[in-house]
Amino acid sequence: MESFILQILNGLDKGAAYALIALGLTLIFGTLGVVNFAHGALFMLGAFCAVTLNRLLQVSHVVLDETKTDFLGNPRKIEVPYIQDWLGETMGAAIIDWSVPLSIIVTIPVMILIGVIMERGLIKHFYKRPHADQILVTFGLAIVLQEIIKAFFGANPIPTAAPQMFAGSFDFGVLLGFDPFTVFYPYWRLIYFMFSMIVIGAVFAFLQFTTFGMVVRAGMADRETVGLLGINIDRKFTIMFGIAAAVAGLAGVMYTPIVSPNYHMGMDFLVLSFVVVVVGGMGSLPGAVLAGFLLGILQSFASMSVVIEAIPGINQVIIYLVAMVILLVRPRGLMGRKGVMED
Amino acid sequence: MLGLTKRDTALFAIVVAMVVFAPFILNPFPAASPMAQFNAGYPDLMQRFLIFGIFAIGFNILFGLTGYLSFGHAAFLGTGSYAGVWMFKLLSMNVLPAIVIAVVVAGLFSVLIGYISLRRSGIYFSILTLAFAQMSYALAYSVLTPITNGETGLQLSLNDPRILDGAAAADGSLPVPNFFGIEMRSSTELYFGGWEFTLNAGYYLCAVFMIAAFYVSIRIFRSPFGMMLRAVKSNQQRMNYTGLNSRPYTLAAFVISGMFAGLAGGLLVAMDPLAGAERMQWTRSGEVVLMTILGGMGTLIGPVLGAGLIKYLENILSKINDSILHQWFSLFPDGLSDFLVFIVHPFIGKGWNLTLGLVFMLVVIFLPGGLVQGGQKIAALFRRRKPDQPVSVKHPAE
Repeated sequence: MESFILQILNGLDKGAAYALIALGLTLIFGTLGVVNFAHGALFMLGAFCAVTLNRLLQVSHVVLDETKTDFLGNPRKIEVPYIQDWLGETMGAAIIDWSVPLSIIVTIPVMILIGVIMERGLIKHFYKRPHADQILVTFGLAIVLQEIIKAFFGANPIPTAAPQMFAGSFDFGVLLGFDPFTVFYPYWRLIYFMFSMIVIGAVFAFLQFTTFGMVVRAGMADRETVGLLGINIDRKFTIMFGIAAAVAGLAGVMYTPIVSPNYHMGMDFLVLSFVVVVVGGMGSLPGAVLAGFLLGILQSFASMSVVIEAIPGINQVIIYLVAMVILLVRPRGLMGRKGVMED
Repeated sequence: MLGLTKRDTALFAIVVAMVVFAPFILNPFPAASPMAQFNAGYPDLMQRFLIFGIFAIGFNILFGLTGYLSFGHAAFLGTGSYAGVWMFKLLSMNVLPAIVIAVVVAGLFSVLIGYISLRRSGIYFSILTLAFAQMSYALAYSVLTPITNGETGLQLSLNDPRILDGAAAADGSLPVPNFFGIEMRSSTELYFGGWEFTLNAGYYLCAVFMIAAFYVSIRIFRSPFGMMLRAVKSNQQRMNYTGLNSRPYTLAAFVISGMFAGLAGGLLVAMDPLAGAERMQWTRSGEVVLMTILGGMGTLIGPVLGAGLIKYLENILSKINDSILHQWFSLFPDGLSDFLVFIVHPFIGKGWNLTLGLVFMLVVIFLPGGLVQGGQKIAALFRRRKPDQPVSVKHPAE
């Protein structure tokens, strides 16, 4: 029972990442009808926003500390980040410590901007071309983006820590009456899960309760009619593209403490996120979220040692297997609308 | 000739000539000159031109004719490679059984994958093939380690049975792949003045297969079967409405292209008997898509051109480093040359993928027909200059 709960918890954070990326993919597909192979790269860009901010905050100058000396008797050199000079030592250190959550503030406008530029500059010209062309050009864009990041940040993963406060683990089992140290869950993963729920909730609330969201939903259902009513649906969809990019970016920012970002992390997530979208149903937002969490949890169940002993290798392939079965048996996915993209 | 029309015969003859004389054509610069680094006439690279040419030709039969975009073709290349190495380990170092078994195994594997994936079309097909390929990749790395040797990759060893040849060569070292005694790595050097040409046995073996593959591809393109595949691309629904079951045709195209990929995998290990799981990764499948698009999908010669160009750029661009750049720009003043090096630096060496991605995007955006379409556009530009010339007979678009 303990291990059962532990696996569900383990699946949650991965599932949350899948759900966020798949949500963005679905937003783009549902509004613009574009298959975006560069979405994984957007996730990666988000992660590197956090890395960049972390580096910027740590830009420092060298001062001589007269109170301490090294073994030659010279005063020891220590690096002091500028931010500590400006805001005081404790405040500055705290800000550096909290750089990952803080970069959320930076990431949202940056990613929306990147998304809008991408849509206006490139994707716009591909609405009328076949899906294969859209896949190809966004695939090319993904390569370009990840190579640019590689040129700036190198090929090695860059560890970026979560705030000190969340460093430990949370003994979840004690709350439920199990022995201590059985159900153990890092704080940051818990935060990631809650954060993703907030983002997902915000996106749904935005679509459901604002006029803008209403227009976008109407446009998803029947683009032409909305256009005929005198609404500039293209502009709204462009903004939705920006929002989708921001969602992917946020997923990336908060994921940095869990897995050190490297330039190809996007590609690794992209394939799985597509599978998630397909399982959830092309164009269905709740489907994408549901399938994200389901597959994340399923994957962590499959990596239990009991299961691996029974069916070796299952943890590697479970997601793909599920996707295949779904595609062949129920091509519109778990929650896809009937008749949408069923062939 | 050979059941080809006059035009196709001419194209075929050109390709044959290019392939046979490639060691000379690709080595235009004398060995001692500073331009020699642009020579592509060394065996290792030329073999890769041909092998990936075969891979792309096969992929084009599926993608170019039927429009089914598979993102999992590297899986067949990988399976072919593994099958080939196992043949070396178990039977003999002769490349022929290895290549044959590579084609057969890849063919069987593609029957399985194709049968399932082709139940869907469009993006779903792409994602299904992608999922299969990633699955094979993950399994090759983990559970199938007894067969694939996991991360290390499958290699020959002195403990292999090798029923026909015995485990070791005469001098006790690892035996090398051969074709009835002709070693694949053996080559003849020719010297003409400053020029140096290498004629390599392995290269010419690849050449034979590549020419055969190209011939098969022409015949398929011009056959009723090829016409049927094109009908699938232009409107599959209408085809189904006329009462025609298109799935056997698409499955046949899928299996043929899978076998071509297997052949490429077999040839890869025949040149260098080593197979690793990274050959099956989906970015590798992406690479063959790039080759086909870059050259021109649905055209006969396009995939070969694309494969050659990408492999050439990969080799040459990744060799250029900053000091070579400084040499080139040395005639500019210091500041300017440093600046130019700084600008060009991200595109060369390890960053050649960036160049590839950019070129690929530009091609997809502006030249969806690839290099072949570019060539046709330029040709049309010249033709338009002479309006009074009679319009030549229009050939159907390829």
